[in-house]
Amino acid sequence: MMWLQALILLMVAAGGLGVVVTRDPLNQAVAASFYGILLGLMFFLFHAPDVALSQITVGALALPLMILLALAKIRKREQETQEENRKPEADGQRE
Amino acid sequence: MSAGTRIAMFVLSCAAFTALYIAALCGLSPIGQVHGWAAQYGDAINRMSVPALHITDAVTAVNFEFRGFDTLGEEFIMAVSVLGAALLLRKHPDQGSGPPQDKAAGRKISRPGDAVRVLTVGLVGPVTLFGIYIVVHGQLTPGGGFQGGVILASAPLLIYLAGEFGSLQQVAPRWLAEVGEAVGAGGYAVIGAVSLAVGLPFLANYLPPGRVGDLFSGGIVALIDVTVGLEVAGGLLLLLLVFLEEALTRRP
Amino acid sequence: MTHLPYCLAAWLFAVGMYGIVTSRNMVHLIICLTVVQSSTYALLLAIGFRANAVAPIFADIKPGTPAVDPVVQALMLTDIVVEVTVTALLLGLAVLAHQQTGKLDPRELGVLRG
Repeated sequence: MMWLQALILLMVAAGGLGVVVTRDPLNQAVAASFYGILLGLMFFLFHAPDVALSQITVGALALPLMILLALAKIRKREQETQEENRKPEADGQRE
Repeated sequence: MSAGTRIAMFVLSCAAFTALYIAALCGLSPIGQVHGWAAQYGDAINRMSVPALHITDAVTAVNFEFRGFDTLGEEFIMAVSVLGAALLLRKHPDQGSGPPQDKAAGRKISRPGDAVRVLTVGLVGPVTLFGIYIVVHGQLTPGGGFQGGVILASAPLLIYLAGEFGSLQQVAPRWLAEVGEAVGAGGYAVIGAVSLAVGLPFLANYLPPGRVGDLFSGGIVALIDVTVGLEVAGGLLLLLLVFLEEALTRRP
Repeated sequence: MTHLPYCLAAWLFAVGMYGIVTSRNMVHLIICLTVVQSSTYALLLAIGFRANAVAPIFADIKPGTPAVDPVVQALMLTDIVVEVTVTALLLGLAVLAHQQTGKLDPRELGVLRG
């Protein structure tokens, strides 16, 4: 049992490093979801089932969802500004 | 301050923090061997939770009975952050709104596949029932208002995955989420105020503890579980609706 | 193993702070903040742990058996759910900042204007 707890602690350390090192936010959302599940497993192995339930529902479900929705809005805004920049060029070419 | 200066300052403070932390670590007892006065509070709660209150989940007893006032504060932190997010993403006067645009520019709308629709629509009922089960059984098994509220908030999300944003807005309109959250947050405070009216301190238990293992045991903890579940579900659903509206329907 | 969870808490804190300091994208910064927050969970978990004890749920065991400290678990439980709403608030701020200035790099945002 003790070696299982030591193993999950090392995996959580590696998972945290993995979340920080991933620079693209879209990939990072998936990494954060996986890190949330690892944390939930750590809470479970340390005899904290309430906290593990809370972490799994929130960290694997609600958090990546918020990140993806924010990214969708940012990407849409970038596409709109690109379309606006492209339109005056087209008008200039037509004249 | 340039980036290089910032990183140099960070490395210096990190080194100082590590040195202090290692010095503190040498004085700590190994994990699991806490004795003496540091362990008395937790042991006392573990010993008293079932005989005094008939609550078998000691963590819920701490959250809603022994430390109920702190949980009220945390619940209001959550309500205020949901309010802040909804306020930040409100419609600006120079923004219009149109029908939901579920696609990226230049791509066709693809309906969700049949397997996705069958699975998500089939799961809405069981997920809602599971969420209600976790909320109501908070004082018996691991669970409670917070976890059950998050599970309840994910049931309308399954409806959005199965169809479009319009179907989500029909099933879970915005006013429903707002009313649910307000009733939950206010209900907790009202339950505490009723203790004042009866003559006890704020949030003191005034209902009978019931039988151990019963669904309605622990006095007001059962009621507080339901209000907290309602508030968390309403708050998260409101966040979801606000973000989806912002991402899908706003036009410049 | 005896002091490993405390070292894990310090490691997660340092790694998260490094991510925040060297971040070039605001959404990446906000996710690194959640890593810093999980370091506090590791610390609280280590404080409350008792050797050879069970979970503090007395539905099927006799009350009085040595169990893990429930107070720190109660602290962590509410904190996890409140964290996601605060993260949503921060993400709303990031979306709004991108709307006004068009940039997502925290170094280029510069001085706040009214």
